Amino acid sequence: MKEKTKVLSYVKYILIYFLLILFVIPFYLMLINSFKTTQQFVDDPFSLPAINKVGFDNFISAFEKMNFSRAIGNSITITTIGVFLVILTSSMAAYFLVRHKWKINRVIFAIFVASMIVPFQAVMIPLVSIYGRMNLMNSKWVLMFMYMGFGQGFAIFIFHGFIKNIPIEMEESALIDGCNKLQSFFKIVLPLLKSVIMTVLILDVLWIWNDYLLPSLVLLSPGERTLPLSTYSFFNTYSVDYAPLMAGIVLTIIPVLIAYLFSQKYIIKGVVQGAIK
Amino acid sequence: MDRNSKLINKIGNFIIFMGPSLIAFSCVLVIPFLYGFYLTFTDYSPIAITYDLVGINNYKAVFADKEFWGQFIKTLSYVFYSTLFCNLLAFILAYLLTSNIKGRNFLRGGFFTPNLIGGIVLGYIWKFIFANVVTQFGNIIGYGPLTTSFLTHPDRAIVAMVIVTVWQYAGYLMLIYIAGFVGIPKDIQEASEIDGATGLTKLVRITIPLMVPSFIICLFIMISRGFMTYDLNLALTNGQPYGSTRLLSMHIYQKAFQANEYGVGQAEAIILFVTVAIATVSQVLLTKRFEVEA
Repeated sequence: MKEKTKVLSYVKYILIYFLLILFVIPFYLMLINSFKTTQQFVDDPFSLPAINKVGFDNFISAFEKMNFSRAIGNSITITTIGVFLVILTSSMAAYFLVRHKWKINRVIFAIFVASMIVPFQAVMIPLVSIYGRMNLMNSKWVLMFMYMGFGQGFAIFIFHGFIKNIPIEMEESALIDGCNKLQSFFKIVLPLLKSVIMTVLILDVLWIWNDYLLPSLVLLSPGERTLPLSTYSFFNTYSVDYAPLMAGIVLTIIPVLIAYLFSQKYIIKGVVQGAIK
Repeated sequence: MDRNSKLINKIGNFIIFMGPSLIAFSCVLVIPFLYGFYLTFTDYSPIAITYDLVGINNYKAVFADKEFWGQFIKTLSYVFYSTLFCNLLAFILAYLLTSNIKGRNFLRGGFFTPNLIGGIVLGYIWKFIFANVVTQFGNIIGYGPLTTSFLTHPDRAIVAMVIVTVWQYAGYLMLIYIAGFVGIPKDIQEASEIDGATGLTKLVRITIPLMVPSFIICLFIMISRGFMTYDLNLALTNGQPYGSTRLLSMHIYQKAFQANEYGVGQAEAIILFVTVAIATVSQVLLTKRFEVEA
């Protein structure tokens, strides 16, 4: 009996690590091949780059052709401000919806929740048509405003569920002490929302940082491109020479992996919380 | 305070707290959604100066469009297979990771990694893998079918899409299943063990029924995301070869922004929306029936 469980446990380890290797091998192959020339890569994608030939030429070329510093700057600006706007406005709205059970508020909340199943494709064409005619395209700020709108449904749903369980007594006594509604929200309720803000923050950062379709419709000029957009245009423009393309991919992935290394615990917790709510 | 000023106060608070949220939400979702319905009854095109109302002609055109329905079926099977295999793999991973195993956090983090990266980049990574690495591997082990790229065969390119989708989301669903496994009350597990349930029996009779809520979420996520897949499709296959992997989202995009037929494209988008709604709602209702009380 004991022998059997021992063997079973070995099988388990072998299986899980085999699967893990299968999972991460694409990243490993990207990394080792990003140092090779295209010819070396085509001949033998499995070998490590020759030690005397390791060079950063691919990275330098990718960095320049992707306009990397510009693109990552755009991505950081749009993600930071976009996520900030979503969290601020949706937490305020959710608070108001919880504390005032008017009929209209119930209807509004139901619409917010229902909006979560509307695929982006269902509003994509009218969006382009309306904002295009009003000449509002090609602006980072319009894009951030759009993220603010698209982020409401999910964030309000999550905040609503959390605020519901916060006892109202503290706010009532604050009101008696002369706080107005805004003060009691920012001073009493908001600090209590820390953990749920983390959840929304992480999910929205991952969403906006990686989003391709919406920015591809809004940001038309090369200078405004975010990282996914510049990756796409880099691949379409220089599709013959493989090696720099791989270096470009490594460049885009590395900042994300570094951030993940330091905040893995929070990211995983946030993702789980966001899904099972 | 008299009644009037109280009302003004209430309205003031409503505007402060709800205003920004409602304005943004209406401007990007509610208004475009309603306007989209209107668009489907017109022959609007961004390159024409005027447009006319055409009744339900756009819907008629879509229903008569064989190509669209071919891609509709293709999308359905893509969603079906990626949902099936992704959930299967995620469940196995979660099962292994919640059993007595060392390095749990490290493993969990590793399997989740693909979810941090967007579909565009993932698509390009796998394009190299399928085009260069898998083919080389096929040469080395001398297995013929692997020596030509998956992405050049109409039948196999869609399989490549499913493989990458499973790889992309399995780690995410795994986290949800892990939470489900951990959430099963200890006393029930112990009681079942005392009653003699071990291994497979315990899994089928105790664990899986108690994890129905996790299944509901995971199936929902995969079905809704599957129908909306665009980035990965664009980067990995771009609908090629011969349009064999053009999923619905890409079809709609091309109809609208390459063929400039906004009305028809929007009618297709509405059909996509209705399909997603029917598929997800019926999935949730169906799986809810298996829910049991712990």
